[in-house]
Amino acid sequence: MSTAVTDAPKIVSDVTRAGKLLYWSGVVLLCVWVLLPIYLLLINALSSPTEVQAFPKAAVPPFDLGSLRFFLGYAGVAQALLNSIIVAVLTMVLSILIGAPAGYALSRFNFRGKGAFRLLVLMTRAFPLPLLALPIAVVYIRIGLDDTRIGLALVHTTLALPFAVLITFSIFSGVPAELEEAAWTLGCNRLQAFWKVVLPLVLPGITASAIFAFTISWNEVFASAVLTVQNRTLTAFLLQTLNLSPLYLRYAGGAALVVPALMFIFAVRKYLFAMWGIANR
Amino acid sequence: MAQITIKGVAKSFGAFKALHSIDLCIADQEFMVLLGASGCGKTTLLRIIAGLETPTEGEVWIGDRRVDHLPPRSRGIAMVFQNYAVFPHLTVFENIAFGLRMKKLPQSEITNRVQRAAELMHIEQLLRRYSGQLSGGQRQRVAVARALAMEPDVILMDEPLSNLDALLRLEMRAELKGVLAGSKTTTIYVTHDQVEAMSLADRISVMSGGRIVQADSPVEVYRNPAARFVGSFIGNPPMNFLPAKSVGSGQWQVAGMTFAGPDTAGSAIEFAIRPEDLAVAAGGFAAVTRVVEPLGAHTLVTAEVGGKPFRAVLDSDIAVRPGDALSLLPKPDRIRWFDPDTTLAIQGNSQ
Repeated sequence: MSTAVTDAPKIVSDVTRAGKLLYWSGVVLLCVWVLLPIYLLLINALSSPTEVQAFPKAAVPPFDLGSLRFFLGYAGVAQALLNSIIVAVLTMVLSILIGAPAGYALSRFNFRGKGAFRLLVLMTRAFPLPLLALPIAVVYIRIGLDDTRIGLALVHTTLALPFAVLITFSIFSGVPAELEEAAWTLGCNRLQAFWKVVLPLVLPGITASAIFAFTISWNEVFASAVLTVQNRTLTAFLLQTLNLSPLYLRYAGGAALVVPALMFIFAVRKYLFAMWGIANR
Repeated sequence: MAQITIKGVAKSFGAFKALHSIDLCIADQEFMVLLGASGCGKTTLLRIIAGLETPTEGEVWIGDRRVDHLPPRSRGIAMVFQNYAVFPHLTVFENIAFGLRMKKLPQSEITNRVQRAAELMHIEQLLRRYSGQLSGGQRQRVAVARALAMEPDVILMDEPLSNLDALLRLEMRAELKGVLAGSKTTTIYVTHDQVEAMSLADRISVMSGGRIVQADSPVEVYRNPAARFVGSFIGNPPMNFLPAKSVGSGQWQVAGMTFAGPDTAGSAIEFAIRPEDLAVAAGGFAAVTRVVEPLGAHTLVTAEVGGKPFRAVLDSDIAVRPGDALSLLPKPDRIRWFDPDTTLAIQGNSQ
């Protein structure tokens, strides 16, 4: 009798209540994990240099731009910022120029090794950059690409390319082949059909993919630190100087890096979901 | 002049043979329907004519030009796709004008032609809209108007009505027939819907397993199926088949009755009759009624004759109930015979 009672199934509402608790604690934990550092970063970056040391923190940042102003006036920051932008733009252009045709080919043509190619594209991310950095540095020094923006942009392009290929693949797949075929029957050759029909439809997605490539380059620190000496990007520059600089400068620098990246990713989030096949349209 | 000639066209996808050496001739201004179940190769054949697919073998001629090496844009065709393929980033006007702009026609001519095509398809009031603001039926109208505006030699249609709901399909079917008859273009129309095929076609090509089984007028395809497949595919309900045994000198015994049939050597052939060519009368097949379906205009009776299912379309005022015994008499001039080995029709009925 008693075993029968203990064996009885739990009331459904109890189970769902436990599940809900687990679900929401997971949600809260992940949010805190991601948002707390960003919050601390922002609140400190927007505090005056003296307030940075203070504790506890105010809930609302005091919006004192002293730290940021000091950071922007700090020797070398302006140049590093410019380098970061140039390298990121080069990365963006290169990864779209190379990645979009690959994405188009994957979505429109059937060829031997297509599945393997899709997998291998991702596999390039399986090699840790530190492992590749030394050989790359040696080769770069030999051919004179070391410490150049284009050299760094090439490395960043290899990092961004898998994503560019996969995002554009899903974007091109979103355009029915029938639309292109209709354009062919209406007098277009392949190039005209692409230009007049496919391109207008994929442009927002391609832009998103480009912004994502930009962000990857913008955030990348290891290759930048290894491959550049004079032409440091902002990440590499900060890594080099942060240990020696006062706390408020570190926060301001961190915020200058994180905030643009966050804004870019937020702007293109819809297309990043598309990359992993989560329905969004 | 835009008659279409297809000579020995075959298509393989890897090891799969989608089309086996198709030969077909479509006359100028003819409305040809390619009819078959899905996977029979009808869409592949249409796409080969359009130039969207390259044949593995064979030749395609439109008018007096061989076109199988030409891209779609140089073939003088227009195509209507199953999913309409209306460009979502252009207005209805620009969609219809798309091909005309590619031809670099003067603006006044483009406006005229777009207007005319839009009026023909009754979408003048939608010209400023985008496809996202249109219903399925309206999109289909835009797609047809876009094809008509090109004033092509040939219009190719790939199941254009299959995505519309039943009532709209009926309406569009009648309208398409009127519009295309008026435009005097050669039309090839792919469908799996036999009613659509019967109602639209000048000629129907019934396809099965990558072959054309019969290409003939709708009535002929219906009345005189060239093969067992055609009889069992076309007609709702399809033809009834019963085994026939030779009793000598062109006489055949079928489920207890004897008919005069073809004078062939074989000892066993197949007897076929359409369900509506049966009447309740004395001296017919002894049938046992299994299911009775009153359909309003007539009553569909599924019975059993000689242990085989046998359907009859009867007058709706005949009272039949499951289990009743019926005597079903076939109209002698509507009896058809098939060779069970080749599945082809046996000609030379003594009827």
